[in-house]
Amino acid sequence: MSAAAEERRARAPWALTAPALMLFVGVLLIPLAMTVMLSFHDWGQYKGIEPVFILKNWHEIATDPYYAEMFWRTFRIAMLTTLLTALLGAPEAYILNRMSGRWKSFFLLVILGPLLISVVARTLGWALLFGGNNGLVNKLLMSLGVISSPIPFMFTETGMVIALAHVMMPFMVLSVWAALQRLDPQIENAAMSLGAGPATIIRRIIMPQIMPGVLSGAIIVFSLSASAFATPAIIGGRRLKVAATLAYDEFLNTLNWPLGAAVATLLLVALVLIVVGSNVLIERRYAEVFR
Amino acid sequence: MRRNGPLALIFHTFFVIVMVAPILVVCLVAFTPEGFLSLPTNGFSLRWFRTIANYPEFIHAFWVSLGLGALSSFVALLFAVPAALAIARYRFRGRDALAALFLSPLMIPHVVLGIAFLRFFTSAGLGGSFAALIIAHVIIVFPFALRLTLAAATGMDRTVEIAAVSLGAGGWTLFRRVTLPLILPGVISGWALAFIQSFDDLTMTVFLAAPGTETLPVRMFLYIQDNIDPLVTSVSACVIAVTMTALILLDRFYGLDRVLAGKGDTGR
Repeated sequence: MSAAAEERRARAPWALTAPALMLFVGVLLIPLAMTVMLSFHDWGQYKGIEPVFILKNWHEIATDPYYAEMFWRTFRIAMLTTLLTALLGAPEAYILNRMSGRWKSFFLLVILGPLLISVVARTLGWALLFGGNNGLVNKLLMSLGVISSPIPFMFTETGMVIALAHVMMPFMVLSVWAALQRLDPQIENAAMSLGAGPATIIRRIIMPQIMPGVLSGAIIVFSLSASAFATPAIIGGRRLKVAATLAYDEFLNTLNWPLGAAVATLLLVALVLIVVGSNVLIERRYAEVFR
Repeated sequence: MRRNGPLALIFHTFFVIVMVAPILVVCLVAFTPEGFLSLPTNGFSLRWFRTIANYPEFIHAFWVSLGLGALSSFVALLFAVPAALAIARYRFRGRDALAALFLSPLMIPHVVLGIAFLRFFTSAGLGGSFAALIIAHVIIVFPFALRLTLAAATGMDRTVEIAAVSLGAGGWTLFRRVTLPLILPGVISGWALAFIQSFDDLTMTVFLAAPGTETLPVRMFLYIQDNIDPLVTSVSACVIAVTMTALILLDRFYGLDRVLAGKGDTGR
């Protein structure tokens, strides 16, 4: 190859990616940097945003117990949602994987399809099912004798966790499903031929092998739940705030943009730390699976 | 492989019912003949679908969503196709970093993106404009467009290209007559998936939309915040129908499991 052709070849990938790169720097990295900057600006009811460098907003978040409670609630809801999706989604993925071809693809479509259906529509469905004390869920549970008096679901954390778990469930099923595809069915047969019972097989053979799938699903579900907006806003109502709905309020109702930017920045940084941290832990623990 | 036992099938039935119930209940309530939220126990009626016609803001929002989804997915592909070809074919310094940057909108919470874009476009004097919505949506659908195009470009048989070059094709002709037709299924699927993502986005768009540029999810969300009546269920039923159509098309042309399986590991 001639030197000129060599050089053209070396430049080609940059020429091809340059437009996208410029787009991302111009309208993604710069706006994100501006948001971080914004969180250090001052704001007043009458003077609006003042471009100075102060720690007022960060100080307020750090000292006002309202924010600690709100972030703790966000974390609690995301954690419980993750737990619920793992407890229900992992067994379901396993059951799906054992179905025969046509049923498998049918139910996979039924379970994964909602992923692409509007979150507003899905959450509206839960609002209808919960709907006050006479909601369908309460009626069903009471007629089955599971509960004696209606449980409040609307405007509670319980309702938020259930609706969020429904919204996030496809991610967990998918992630465990992917792990199951890598699993050699012969190992299960070998264990059986050596006299292992179903419980032992699940505990000693299946569980350890799908654990990386469950954990990476958990990371996805956790980060999406912690930053979820539509479901907490509709089910939680105006009083039960999480990080995303609080940031929304600061921006579009109170108009205290710097404070909202600080909440958003903190959410982003906390999520990146949690996601990267747990990825490192998982990859160290399950190094042999990822190799 | 062993079959599922009865206990597993009971669990499975319960699971599927819970997954489908909220969507089903929305679609059922949409057909109620009553003036309030109720299941259509006394026959089906289309009255709430006809009522939509009296709310021009919903119809306008629908067209905004449709145009926004179609246009932003198309623009995203204009940037994503060359980038995908570069990432699929060349090993160059910074390749992994670039790929990570291009997929990063998947990892950044949409509420943060919404705030960042609101701040940015307001400073640029584009606050609340349709142009701002397009640019913002290009960024959030880019990873989906890139990923499916990348899969097609990676799996492509390059001997055809070499044959075309040996016959004298080059540059634009090579791309238009050989490369593009070969990766077209991936590009179209990328467009469809990107369209669905744009069409359904609420969290980011709610920060950017102004009266006149409100998308359907934003309009629905604002409406639900005030009151929930059968009208939003009939609108939701229409949205579900649009998504289902796109889903079925995607499944026919590309295979839904491939699209979704690619999506599963995105959060990492």
